Amino acid sequence: MRRYAGIAVALLFFAFSISIFIQLIPYDSYEGSAYHYKNPINGSVANESVPSHYIKETRNETGAVNAVTAIVVEYRGFDTLGEVTVLFTAATGVSFLLYQLHKKMQRREANLITKEGSKIVLPFALLTGAYIFIHGHLTPGGGFPGGSVIASGFLLMLLAYPKFFVNEKRLSYIESISGSIFVIIGLLGLLLATSFLQNFIPVGKPGYLFSAGIIPLIYIAIGFKVGSELSSIVQKLKEVEE
Amino acid sequence: MNFAALTLPCYITVAALLSIGLYGVISKSNLMKIFISLSIMETGVNLLLITIGYIPGGTAPIENANFAKYVDPLPQALVLTAIVIGLSVTALAIAVLISYYQKNGTLEYKEGMKW
Repeated sequence: MRRYAGIAVALLFFAFSISIFIQLIPYDSYEGSAYHYKNPINGSVANESVPSHYIKETRNETGAVNAVTAIVVEYRGFDTLGEVTVLFTAATGVSFLLYQLHKKMQRREANLITKEGSKIVLPFALLTGAYIFIHGHLTPGGGFPGGSVIASGFLLMLLAYPKFFVNEKRLSYIESISGSIFVIIGLLGLLLATSFLQNFIPVGKPGYLFSAGIIPLIYIAIGFKVGSELSSIVQKLKEVEE
Repeated sequence: MNFAALTLPCYITVAALLSIGLYGVISKSNLMKIFISLSIMETGVNLLLITIGYIPGGTAPIENANFAKYVDPLPQALVLTAIVIGLSVTALAIAVLISYYQKNGTLEYKEGMKW
């Protein structure tokens, strides 16, 4: 009975959302109708929409080639600080819910291919993750994907070896230090420039590794933080007693 | 309305993902399956935001001399945030489910179960 009700509601919702998407959602241009980009620093209003401003001016204003990175770290950096806080809260919640005095390790051994292969893959996973978060302002990627790649290397080791574990104290030190670096860079922006998380380092030549001011620094901090947090979450989920 | 070649299939996929997730949430009683359905719905919403920012003929918003048109970078930045928050929610939900399983011995939801 419940199943048929579910099917009926899902079909109705499908038809409803298709009709909404086709009729109401604007698409096709970022010029749109809102031609009022307001500069947050000097308050001047320009005759262009927000996305076209991002596309045209990112290179000059932030020095980053990748517009998404510039938006995530610099134009909307405060949002990213909140996002990192949400991830930190989730990691704290997981370790709070799964707290155990007697840690029990996984009993079953993995097979030979997983064991030997994960030994080979781990350094390359760490290297790829570091590459992704250092080059966040030049290529697709950034702190969050890079940290996830690092954590996936540790996940492979945790799956392959029943006795393997990451030192939790070191993980929490790395996490807190990199989180503090993020906030300190933001506060330096408040001191040396005009607002929180504003760029205070010379922008450099766009397209090179040493460019884009504070964006690579913040993304390196985020990469370390996300990598250590996800590794600790994965480790906590492994240690659960049945 | 003339839709660009990619936009209409993307909207249909969004509607399908949202409907599949809704069906799972309504008709399943296993809590793990309910959380998986919520993740599917979340994927649909992310795809919807990305599709709204699509410009026909545009490439990824990374400056390149070979391309003149870029897609809207703002929805992509928002979806990056949404993915990370979805991951946190999933991790927390799994932790809650593990403690639920330890207390009740099952993942089925019934009245009067302890959390």
